[in-house]
Amino acid sequence: MSDAVNTETIPLNVNTEPVEVENDEHGVSRRELVMKGVIGGVCLAYTAAVGYPVYRYLNSPVEKAASVAAVKEVTLDGADTLPIGTAMVFKFGTHPALLIHHDDGSWVALDAVCTHLGCTVQYDKGQKKITCACHGGVFDAKTGKNIAGPPPKPLPVYAVKVEKGKVQVTRA
Amino acid sequence: MAKSRTIEYLNERLGMDQWIAFAKKKTVPAHRHSFWYYWGGISMLGFLVQVVTGVLLLIYYKPGPEAYESVRQITYDIHFGWLIRSAHNWSANLFIFAVFVHMFSVYFMKAYKKPREFGWWSGMLLLFIGLMFGFSGYLLPMDDLAFFATKVGLEIPNSVPVVGPTIANLLRGGLEVTELTVQRFFALHAVVLPLLFIPLLMFHLYLVQQHGNALPPSEEEVPVEKRKTIPFFPNFLAKDLAMWLIALNAIALMSSMFPWQLGTQADPLAPAPKGIHPEWYFMSSFQVLKVMGNLFPGVAGEVIGMGIFTLGLILWFFIPFYDTQKASGRRGRLAHYFGLFALGIIVLTTAWGFLAVS
Repeated sequence: MSDAVNTETIPLNVNTEPVEVENDEHGVSRRELVMKGVIGGVCLAYTAAVGYPVYRYLNSPVEKAASVAAVKEVTLDGADTLPIGTAMVFKFGTHPALLIHHDDGSWVALDAVCTHLGCTVQYDKGQKKITCACHGGVFDAKTGKNIAGPPPKPLPVYAVKVEKGKVQVTRA
Repeated sequence: MAKSRTIEYLNERLGMDQWIAFAKKKTVPAHRHSFWYYWGGISMLGFLVQVVTGVLLLIYYKPGPEAYESVRQITYDIHFGWLIRSAHNWSANLFIFAVFVHMFSVYFMKAYKKPREFGWWSGMLLLFIGLMFGFSGYLLPMDDLAFFATKVGLEIPNSVPVVGPTIANLLRGGLEVTELTVQRFFALHAVVLPLLFIPLLMFHLYLVQQHGNALPPSEEEVPVEKRKTIPFFPNFLAKDLAMWLIALNAIALMSSMFPWQLGTQADPLAPAPKGIHPEWYFMSSFQVLKVMGNLFPGVAGEVIGMGIFTLGLILWFFIPFYDTQKASGRRGRLAHYFGLFALGIIVLTTAWGFLAVS
């Protein structure tokens, strides 16, 4: 292997005793396999020991956001005065959400993230529908049902409880 | 079967065989001083860990007015932030230490002689930039220690005749250390210094490759046919990697057992904390300046201290011009004694400095 002059190769494997070579059917000695396994295992252990803290470090804000997103209930102070036929945007966990006070006096709260590609939808007062400006998705303003355009699923609807001085929105 | 076909595919396109053949032909001298050959590699591992952990810190660190708060979050809020930050600090210390060992071993092996002068000079510049990394990085957490270390450290450029105050003010971005200083130190630490360091390191490594490892004088006397060598690949590389693993373990151990602390937020109106002292790699110069200040009160002490330092550094830097002979003659011996003297002074004043503040 080494044809250079003056070169004394110091073998990495310093066992000078005659080695009993037990070949398996592929002609690889068992000793070699064990060595490869040990080195591979050590490499894997190091990768895990370095990789795990780095992953958790990078993932920290994700974990924080996930705990915010897990919120079950939001209280909107003073939202009971929302005029009929209008809507307001509020934050539910990490998502924007819509609270609509319909002409018939009913209240509806829905997730405002389009089920197509994640744009924020808006309440169209004229059409009385929820529309998405990105790709023309249209949703029913009472049930959240996807009625036109590309959205594949309805918008999630939340339970609404109107009290004096506040509106409570709860994840169903 | 599939494996060899993949290798063949890559080899035909990337020509890896040439590299492996080259690495196998390359040899490294083997003798009883071979141990010192690993310290350049250990320095480089320190630098690589710096790059990786530095990039990770960059993800949460905010220079400017929020500096302290962002480091507080990294240290206490973000998962394993304390570990990443500690690894950054400990590998910085390992880096500086390994560079010092590397420099002195090169010095005593007389590896600065022809044709390796540029290796010596580029190495000195790398050390200087390394110390600048240390100085600029130290301010970034903006705790009380960082604040005063920077305040005091900037007195060194400030004492340079004529242009000193201008340089110090430019570095500081004002007359006092403020968030503006943090912002520009951050630019230095994370952009300017790496841009200077990395090409210089490439040059340094190219020279090592070009001239090979130097032999110490004792080994030069051995007849050529009796000298021993080992192939670079895989023998030396395997040993090099083993050293890296030991160094990596040392960093991990120190980081988890002695995590780096964060002091209280810097307050420009608060007095300096008691027992404040520089990091060990600045301790020697700190102590020399202190001693000179005691021997020669007033400005004279600082000037004399700085003068001695500058003179020593100039001699150290230009040693390849003085000690040029292949055989170790009178100049060679003098250079050797000068090295021992410098090493002795550094060790003594460092120890003295730590005893004085403890």
